Amino acid sequence: MSPLVFTLRDAPLQRLDLAPLAPDRLVGLSESKIATIQLQTTRERVLAGDVFKIRTGEATQIRFEGGSERFDRIGAGMSQGEVIVDGAVGIQAGRLMQGGRLAIAGNAGPWAASGMTGGILAISGHAGDRLGGPLAGETVGMRGGVVIVRGNAGARAGDRMRRGVIIVEGKADSYVGSRMIAGTIIVGGRVGRLPGYLMNRGTIVTINGSDGLSPTFADSGVHELLATALMARYVETYSREVAATLRRPWRRLLGDMAVIGKGEIFYPSVAN
Amino acid sequence: MSQLTVNGIRVDDTFAEAFEMRATALTITAHNAAWARQAAATMTGFATSVIGCGCEAGIDRVLNPDETPDGRPGVRVLLFAVSTNELQKQVQARVGQCVLTSSGSACYAGLEAEERLKLGNAVRFFGDGWQISKRFGDKRYWRIPVMDGEFICDATTGLSRTAVGGGNIIVMGATNETTLAATELAVEAIAAVPNVIMPFPGGIARSGSKVGSKYKGVPASTNDAYCPTLRGASNSALDPDITSVLEIVIDGLTSDSVAAAMRAGVRAILALGPERGALRIGAGNYGGKLGSHHYHLKDLLP
Repeated sequence: MSPLVFTLRDAPLQRLDLAPLAPDRLVGLSESKIATIQLQTTRERVLAGDVFKIRTGEATQIRFEGGSERFDRIGAGMSQGEVIVDGAVGIQAGRLMQGGRLAIAGNAGPWAASGMTGGILAISGHAGDRLGGPLAGETVGMRGGVVIVRGNAGARAGDRMRRGVIIVEGKADSYVGSRMIAGTIIVGGRVGRLPGYLMNRGTIVTINGSDGLSPTFADSGVHELLATALMARYVETYSREVAATLRRPWRRLLGDMAVIGKGEIFYPSVAN
Repeated sequence: MSQLTVNGIRVDDTFAEAFEMRATALTITAHNAAWARQAAATMTGFATSVIGCGCEAGIDRVLNPDETPDGRPGVRVLLFAVSTNELQKQVQARVGQCVLTSSGSACYAGLEAEERLKLGNAVRFFGDGWQISKRFGDKRYWRIPVMDGEFICDATTGLSRTAVGGGNIIVMGATNETTLAATELAVEAIAAVPNVIMPFPGGIARSGSKVGSKYKGVPASTNDAYCPTLRGASNSALDPDITSVLEIVIDGLTSDSVAAAMRAGVRAILALGPERGALRIGAGNYGGKLGSHHYHLKDLLP
């Protein structure tokens, strides 16, 4: 069955909330019904049919031809199927996502995968700040699933993360894994300042080191652990390059001792 | 008892009677195959019979590195017990005392099933608060700090309620030497069958038992009908030319696997012939009233 295709007519004039265009909400709807779904975020009404040319197809296989930094909340809350975006997206892509697969060919804005509990979010470009992080007032960020970013991630990736795996093939900005509760973050490129800032538990792997570690992490020496071999096996499905670098001895830093100190940062065995 | 004769060996027209048991499987890995086998042998020691050991356990097969979760050499062991509670107790005690303690070991679920037994969830407390839970996909591991690094253990393992225990072959011969030769050959053939174990030493029991005893409180006692030295005094089941009897007991994850194992064993004994091996093959049962699985020897012949 061919996918349901949304082709962007023109660059949107306002930010759009694309959460209603997720598989869960579109299964069983006719093309005309889908065209009348409201997407506006201002008082000026915008319907799906105004923004996109719609080509009917299987609603569990959705494709957006063309992207925009104004495409907010794409794939938010989705629990099944696949959404593929040919371009960039705005804030909160895959927010509270429960299952299925969301693939973004371009860059994603801040709070991608925010509060995600399951499924796979793949970003081919860069991810904005607070990848997987909670919105203001929320106590927990990402709670499950897998996020793979082929480019770089902004500041505070994995903030207050509770479960799941974030893989960043490129660099990550400052405070990666800040206030982390549990889960795993692996960064292929260099990490900015203070990774794991105030982390309680969880694992951060900094394959190429960081710009500055907090003195509140204790060095437990260099170890070759089975845990990283198991991690590599799992990661292989999503990123062969990152997985290949995991199978080696790592310096294990325990912290953040400023809080309960049950987290860990795997750091290159020769500090850089 | 009516008999068939195949390749000069008498085969009793009887059946092995087996019972449903609870079972699980574990994959044990280590730095190398020797240490994986060491951990497996230690944890499956003193596990010959549920009568006195709480469970029956043994090595199913050796695993290549590409078959194990961590890419190291490994061994798959099977454990069988009469109740879920007893099996849980045995898994916890044996993994905690024999696998956790073995150098460089790790322990993973060896059976996938909806119902689960605690594995790492039971032994994680050894970590005294330093243990770490790590979840990758639908797998949850416990990392318990130990003196040579970390003991990695799956949180749970699968439970089977449809496993079968008590498949058996009774091998009868003219001398201890020829009877043992035939039985060893059968054990070797059965070892190649997946999903089964032979829990007795070397896969062979020389002390087959009957239910009950003349002594109060003794649940099982020597099977006097098959003891050659009692011929003439007891209600012997042995012919005059039999002076040695050995038994292979087989537990399997499925009834089909037990049947396949018995078939492999019987055929190996028959192929050896009576000159160098057994004179007669039989099987143990309780008249068919106690166990729900019956394996007729005539159905297992070549």
